[in-house]
Amino acid sequence: MAQQTRNIAGGYRREGSEIHPPYLYPDYKGTRLRAPKKPLIIVPHTLSELTGPLFGHTGIGPLDNDLTRQHEGEPLGERIIVHGRVMDEDGRPVRNSLIEIWQANAAGRYAHKGDQHPAPLDPNFSGAGRCMTDDEGYYRFITIKPGAYPWGNHPNAWRPAHIHFSLFGPAFATRLVTQMYFPGDPLFYQDPIFQSVRDPKAQKRLISTFDLETTVPEWALAFRFDIVLRGRDATPFERPHA
Amino acid sequence: MSSERSRAGITPSQTVGPFFHFSLLKEDYSRLVGSDHPSAIRIEGTVYDGTGEVVPDAMLEIWQANSAGRYAHPEDSREGLSLEEGFSGFGRCGTDSEGRFTFITIKPGPVPGPEGKMQAPHILVSVFARGLLKRLTTRIYFPEEEEANSEDPVLALIEDPEMKKTLIAHPIEGGYRFDVHLQGESQTAFFDV
Ligand SMILES: [Fe+3]
Repeated sequence: MAQQTRNIAGGYRREGSEIHPPYLYPDYKGTRLRAPKKPLIIVPHTLSELTGPLFGHTGIGPLDNDLTRQHEGEPLGERIIVHGRVMDEDGRPVRNSLIEIWQANAAGRYAHKGDQHPAPLDPNFSGAGRCMTDDEGYYRFITIKPGAYPWGNHPNAWRPAHIHFSLFGPAFATRLVTQMYFPGDPLFYQDPIFQSVRDPKAQKRLISTFDLETTVPEWALAFRFDIVLRGRDATPFERPHA
Repeated sequence: MSSERSRAGITPSQTVGPFFHFSLLKEDYSRLVGSDHPSAIRIEGTVYDGTGEVVPDAMLEIWQANSAGRYAHPEDSREGLSLEEGFSGFGRCGTDSEGRFTFITIKPGPVPGPEGKMQAPHILVSVFARGLLKRLTTRIYFPEEEEANSEDPVLALIEDPEMKKTLIAHPIEGGYRFDVHLQGESQTAFFDV
């Protein structure tokens, strides 16, 4: 049965999904009581899974992708450009799709009442942004580099600097929430959230690359973070690839 | 010929963490229709962890067809079924300090399933939380749809009748209750989408 429903023509591909972290990853303590223990039911991709929320450009303000200009003054920290392209596995752009991001400030503190890290809040930084990908799947944010922060997972646990990303893609089946990291971070080895992705090549895809070409002289460094969402199995109606 | 080799690897999932509210819940998406909509229903529930403790830092998203069974999405091109102005079919709600969430929406119509069979009215759900390295997905079905539910091709994939029951909402005044148990004896049926 499972085999039969594995690939429905026109559905989204399941091969490759094993690179996602498991639900239960005991080194990350939070998974222990929240990971389901009963096996998941493989569901065929019906119209319900092949459709998904669409967001118009309405409601997205012109400054929503610039996290440095949401307040009176400029936030403290290292100004950076974070940009990239959202594509599917076959290299097709994911167009006009919503990306939402959130992050800690330069001191490693979130503008969230639950964050008890004794680092300063920045009155000029909220740390939330959003934008739509363009017709080629490109997106661009201006923000400040987030700081590392401690958490209670294990003695002296620190999260590597990261920006949270939320993407919808074209369907319910393509929804993805992930985190972008920075190259060369010394904290990767002790971070169970990063390490929950076991395949080193897949881990690498979570790390942005320093992008000198996009860096704006005298103003901001740039990092590139391309995102790949799952692709679609060829439908019988689709022309064969040349 | 496009080969396996030329395929790009997908970006792995990571947890939403505990601090998403000021971004993802900055706007209230929990009301898909106004409470004064003539067929508005309330769907409420609580999220529990493996020890039965409530989960106060989860977020649920729902995706559904309108009352005619049409999805507001180009993949659903059945023009004979009307779209409803202003109804997107998408909702999002965080859990409160008691682990509770509430959506105001309308009941979806039936939608097509595999091999030309119809599916019983249902709402797709994604669950995100600290401790979930990737989202969980499930479905909400309706208790008064006994016949349609018994013929639903997705419910039919669940062998254990107790587990099947976890997907049927309970009627309450003005709507339905649908609790989510992430783990344990009464764990909700989750899907690998
Ligand atoms: Fe974080």
